[in-house]
Amino acid sequence: MTSNATVISVRDLVVGFGDVTVLDHANLDVFEGEILGFVGGSGAGKSVLMRTIIGLLPKRNGTIEVFGADLAALTDRERRSIEQRWGVLFQQGALFSSLTALQNVQFPIREYLDLSPRLRDEIALAKLEMVGLSADVRGKYPAELSGGMVKRVALARALALDPDIVFLDEPTSGLDPIGAAEFDDLIRTLQRTLGLSVFMVTHDLDSLHAVCDRIAVLSEGRVIAAGPIETMLASEHPWLKSYFRGKRGRGVRH
Amino acid sequence: MSAAALTGTVQGERVALAATGAWTATGAAELEKIIDQTARRYEHARSIDIDLTQLERLDTFGAWLIERLDRAFAAHGSSPRIVGLSDADRGLMEGVRLLNRTPQKDGSGENRILVAFDGVGRAVAEIGWSLIPLAHLLGALTTAALGAIVHPARLRLTSMVHHLEHVGWRAVPIILLSTFLIGAILAQQGIFHFRTFGADVYVVDMVGILVLREVGVLIVCVMVAGRSGSAYTAELGAMKMREEIDALRTMGIDPVEVLVLPRIVALVLAVPMLTFLGAMAALYGAGLVCWLYGGMAPDVFFARLREAISVPTFAVGMIKAPFMALVIGLVACVEGFEVEGSAASLGLKTTSSVVKSIFLVIVLDGFFAMFFAAVGM
Repeated sequence: MTSNATVISVRDLVVGFGDVTVLDHANLDVFEGEILGFVGGSGAGKSVLMRTIIGLLPKRNGTIEVFGADLAALTDRERRSIEQRWGVLFQQGALFSSLTALQNVQFPIREYLDLSPRLRDEIALAKLEMVGLSADVRGKYPAELSGGMVKRVALARALALDPDIVFLDEPTSGLDPIGAAEFDDLIRTLQRTLGLSVFMVTHDLDSLHAVCDRIAVLSEGRVIAAGPIETMLASEHPWLKSYFRGKRGRGVRH
Repeated sequence: MSAAALTGTVQGERVALAATGAWTATGAAELEKIIDQTARRYEHARSIDIDLTQLERLDTFGAWLIERLDRAFAAHGSSPRIVGLSDADRGLMEGVRLLNRTPQKDGSGENRILVAFDGVGRAVAEIGWSLIPLAHLLGALTTAALGAIVHPARLRLTSMVHHLEHVGWRAVPIILLSTFLIGAILAQQGIFHFRTFGADVYVVDMVGILVLREVGVLIVCVMVAGRSGSAYTAELGAMKMREEIDALRTMGIDPVEVLVLPRIVALVLAVPMLTFLGAMAALYGAGLVCWLYGGMAPDVFFARLREAISVPTFAVGMIKAPFMALVIGLVACVEGFEVEGSAASLGLKTTSSVVKSIFLVIVLDGFFAMFFAAVGM
């Protein structure tokens, strides 16, 4: 599936808060149709990089290109058309608590597309079914859903507009191993059928093994390595060694 | 990318449909019209080919619309064939085939009048049912209070004093100000209208009885329900959301004893005091208006007041106060415990706490009026 077209290209990115520099000249590429796993220690700045790419945090320096367009140079209208081409799954789901599951999925469709109510319902139900939920959840509010279901509804909402890129922030955190494995399969299947590019921040070594085409590692504000899992396992870098071949890493080696 | 289109050519009994352009989310609204028209125009066709060779792009929206067209034809007994599907889109089309197969329940078949009656009936029943948790908490509170009387150490004194400060002491300025204004307004209106038939002096009777028996305690209760009842509901609701109340239970501690009892005791102590202060402020406001606006000297006002009111007049207001405080406190705590997960639920319960407690205070006031009339006070 992996072709050479770059969908996200980050160059010399510097992000900081006050006196602290979190990202120090970080470089990263995401290719079309791949699942990129993004790892790093807690507090290393994985979420910061993701939030900077999607525009929630300001950058101090560097360029971020998405679909070949420099995000800093775009007008508001151009930026919005790019935003329609990506979907974001937040760590806690970030479902709107006053809307039902179905309304949550319909929300971006309602905002951006002028569809008939029938088609809007059909598409939203189809998205819920695609993420493995039955039609029963349509009328439920986020407070009535389990953690795993919230993540699935949030994924359906992220996919509502058929984006080209999906950002996933720790999609399997808080799920039991069975639920996490199902979620991995789901991401894999959806990525194949919809031809998505996936940017996945994760700590889950099983996910990295099971679904990621490539892994990028963030440490000390830079991306210190990027490549398939075999490269990571073979690396002699001390941090990579302890991460992938430490006590918790051994169990999942195939 | 060219706009999406669907062209049909009829060859005898066969219809060949060719989809062109980008069948994606952006064009979905027009595409829906196109496929609905196409489905209607060729509904009697026996054999249909849907040719996707010239598709430039396909996403879930487009794939679903093709599937919907396919199902529309299938419903009329023909079996359309999809040809020219690219390998990249095959997975998507196959996925879409399985979607939305479960029939949807829609509410359109229901009788609207029945639905309206159903809503009214449920709302009325809801009011009745909401009294049960109130009675339940009253029972639990009584048990906890009896326990605290037998073992005074079990009354959380620090917590009670803290709440007393918040619902009592800190409410004094706003209560004084609003009751002062109410007293002044009552006196002004009384003087204005009584003057036309020369009964100015009876304004003192009216204000004295009204303030001490009814208005003082009602204004204070409305203020307390809005100020402190809502705070109780929000505090307990937030604690419920963060599982703090469950944590207390697992430690073998009764949440009613720790959280509800100190709050309600504080309220039951504070409201009579506030009622007294409020009544005094209202009389002060009324006296001031009588003097400055009505030209009635203070000593005349006091003399008239002494004749107009008696100890029972004052007692009626003060007897009602603790019971109303109890109702406000119970409603606030019950609503707080009923908060579930979401932020919306917290807001909803806080609103309903204030609305319900003010309503119940007024209902209780009505019962008291009947009671005092019966015992001749």
